[in-house]
Amino acid sequence: MKRRLVSVLIGMTMAAAMLSGCGGSSDTATDEAADDTAAEASGDEAEASGDLITVGYAQVGHESDWRTANTENYQNTFTAENGYELSFVDADNDNAAQIEAVRSFIQQELDYIVIAPIETAGWDTVLQEAEDAGIPVIIADREIDTTNFDAFVGTDTEAEGETAGNWLGEYLDGAEANILVIEGSVGASATLGRTEGFNTIAAEHPEWTILDSQSGDFTQSGGQEVMESFIKSYEGQFNVVVCQNDNEAYGAMDAMDAAGITYGVDGDVIIISFDATHDGMQYTLDGKINCNVECNPIQAEVVESVIQIMEAGEEYPERTIVPDEAFVAPGITSAYATTITQEILDGRAY
Amino acid sequence: MDKIKKITKMSLFLPIFSMILIMLINVVYDIGIGNTPWNFFIITIKNGVLYGRLIDVLNRGSEVAILAIGMTLVVSASAGTDISVGSVMSLTGGMCCMLLAGYGVSNTSEYAVPLMVGLLAGLGIALVCGLFNGFLVSYLNIQPMVATLILWSAGRAIGLLLCNSQIVYVRVESFKVLGSYVGPVPTPIIVAAVCIAIAAVVLKQTSLGLYIQSVGINGKASRISGLNSRRIILMCYAICGLCAGIAGLVATSRIYSADTNNIGLNMELDAILAVALGGNSLGGGKFNLAGSIIGAYTIQAITTTLYALGVSSAQAPVFKAIVVIIIVVIQAEPFKSYIKKISGRRANA
Repeated sequence: MKRRLVSVLIGMTMAAAMLSGCGGSSDTATDEAADDTAAEASGDEAEASGDLITVGYAQVGHESDWRTANTENYQNTFTAENGYELSFVDADNDNAAQIEAVRSFIQQELDYIVIAPIETAGWDTVLQEAEDAGIPVIIADREIDTTNFDAFVGTDTEAEGETAGNWLGEYLDGAEANILVIEGSVGASATLGRTEGFNTIAAEHPEWTILDSQSGDFTQSGGQEVMESFIKSYEGQFNVVVCQNDNEAYGAMDAMDAAGITYGVDGDVIIISFDATHDGMQYTLDGKINCNVECNPIQAEVVESVIQIMEAGEEYPERTIVPDEAFVAPGITSAYATTITQEILDGRAY
Repeated sequence: MDKIKKITKMSLFLPIFSMILIMLINVVYDIGIGNTPWNFFIITIKNGVLYGRLIDVLNRGSEVAILAIGMTLVVSASAGTDISVGSVMSLTGGMCCMLLAGYGVSNTSEYAVPLMVGLLAGLGIALVCGLFNGFLVSYLNIQPMVATLILWSAGRAIGLLLCNSQIVYVRVESFKVLGSYVGPVPTPIIVAAVCIAIAAVVLKQTSLGLYIQSVGINGKASRISGLNSRRIILMCYAICGLCAGIAGLVATSRIYSADTNNIGLNMELDAILAVALGGNSLGGGKFNLAGSIIGAYTIQAITTTLYALGVSSAQAPVFKAIVVIIIVVIQAEPFKSYIKKISGRRANA
C-alpha cells in the first residue's frame, strides 16, 4: 500500500515536470495556430492591399505585468489592418527555446525578426544564420554583446538614472542630500546604466553625498535586508534612498516601517524608485514613493517605424531610444516628471 | 593549562571560535572609525521592536539555520546532500500563496482559503518533496545529489507554474506575522528557536540521533543489528523537506509574496556550508547539530559584517570566499595536527 502511494507520487511529480516542460511549446503552438488562422482570414485583405509584412517576435516570457503589457503592445501594433502578420513566440525565460524560435522564424522566411533577448551572450550563430538568409534582425528592450544585428530599439537606462538625479536636484533645490543607493543585480545592464546616470548628476552637486551603495538583487527581500543594514550604519544620517527597481523599494519601505522611520511625501526620507510598475505607481500615488522613473514597455510603435524605414529602403537609425517618463507623488510638480493622478494610473496598460 | 586544552578539545570550540573571529572584525572596524567598540553587539528597543546588528544576524540567519537542521541529518544518514531545499522553499511559497490568493490572481488583500489551509498545504507539498527525495535515495539507491537534482530543477519550475509565472502578493496582516514580529521579537527567530529546540529534544531524548549516526557510519551493520536503515534515511529526507517548507514559509511571509524566481535561490549551498562550517564531515556518520546551527549563523554574520563594513556588492563574494576558506582550513585535520606539533614543541622548549 505504502509502495503504491509512493509510486503514485512519483508519477504525479513526473507528470508535473512534463507539463512544465511542455508549457512553453504548447503556447507556441497555439500562437502559431492562431497566426495561421489570422493569416487565412486576412488573406483576401492581403490581396487587396498587397502582401502583408511578416514579422516574428521572440518574447522573453510573461513573468511580470511589464512583459504582459509589452506583449499586448506588439500584438496591437503589428495587426493585419496595419499591414503586418505577427508570429509571436513566448520563450518563457528559456534561452534555448528563444533561439529555437528565431531559427523557426528563419525557416519560415519571415520578412523581419524582432528579439527581446533573455541572455546577453550566445547570439552570434543564430544571428549569422539570419544574416545569411537575408532577414533583418531588430534587438528590442535589452542589449546583447554581439553586433551582427541590424537595429536596436530600447530604453536608455542611463537616461533613467539622469532623470532621477535631475528630479532630486530640482526637488531639493540646493539643500544637502545624504544618499543611500540600493542597486540592482551586480552587472545587469539596468544596474550599470541607472547607477552611471545617477552618479553623473550627483557629481554636479557638491552638496550631495552618496553614503553607501549595495546590491539588493532587484528583489524585495534583498532590498529589505540591505535597508535594515543601512539603517544601522547610517542611523539618522540619510535623507534620500534610491532603489533601482520597485521591488527593492517595497523591501526598503518595510525595513523603514519596522525601524519607525518615516518616508515619502510626508516623511523624513525621500524615496526614488525605477520601473513604475502598477504597484509601484500605486505607492507613488499614495505618496510613499516620491519619484518613480518609468522603464517604458510600449516599444512596438518605435519598432514598427524602424521597419517602415527599412521597408522603404532608406537609411535607418541603428539605435532608437524609447522615451521614458517619470512620475512624482501628488503635491510635487516637476519639469522632469509628471504628477501622478488616479486617472493616469487607471489609464496605464500595466 | 589543562583547562585550556580541555576547552580547545571540545567539538564545538572551532565553530564558536570562527564565529567570534568574524564578530571581532566588526569590533576592530568600529574602533577604527571611532564608534563604541561593542556597537555590533548592542541590542536596543526601537519603535517597539528589538533592534541591532546581532538581531539582524539571528533574524536573517533563521532560514539557513532551519535548513541546516534537516541538512545535518541527511548528510549524517546518507553521506550525501539534499540540493533541492532552495527549490522546495520556493515551491512551498508558491503553493501557499497560490491557494491563499486563488489561481491566477497576482495581488490580493483577502484570503481565498483560510490561512491555515495555505500554510499546511505548503508544508504538505514540502513533506511530499522530502519523501520523494528519500524514496529515490533509500529505496532506489540513487546518489543523493542526482536524486535531489530532480527537484532542484523541477521544484522551482512547478512553483512558477502554480503562480502563473508571476509574483503573487498576499497583502493580509496575519500572513505577514511569520516574517515580521511577535511583540518585540522577530518571528523568524522564534520559529528557528522552536525548530532547533524540537530537533534537539527529539535527538537527545529518543534514540533517533543514535540510529541516524549508526546508519551513516555503517548502513549494513546497522541493518544486521536490527535497524531499518532505509526507513531511517527516508525519514531524514522527509524531515529535511519539512524544514525546507518551514524556511520557505518564513521567507515568503517576509515579503508577503511568492517570488518563486528568487525565494531560496542558492540557499541549498548555504545550508551545506553551514553543516561543513559546524565541523561535520560531509562523508556522513557522526554529526553535531549545534555545530551546524552555529555554522548557519556564522554565514549570516559574514554577510551582515560585509554590509556593516560597506564592502561593495561586486567585491563581497570574494571576501566571503576568503573568510570561508580560513574557517575551513582552521578546522582541517592536518592544520590542527600542525598547530598541535608547534605548540607541543614550544611547551617542551
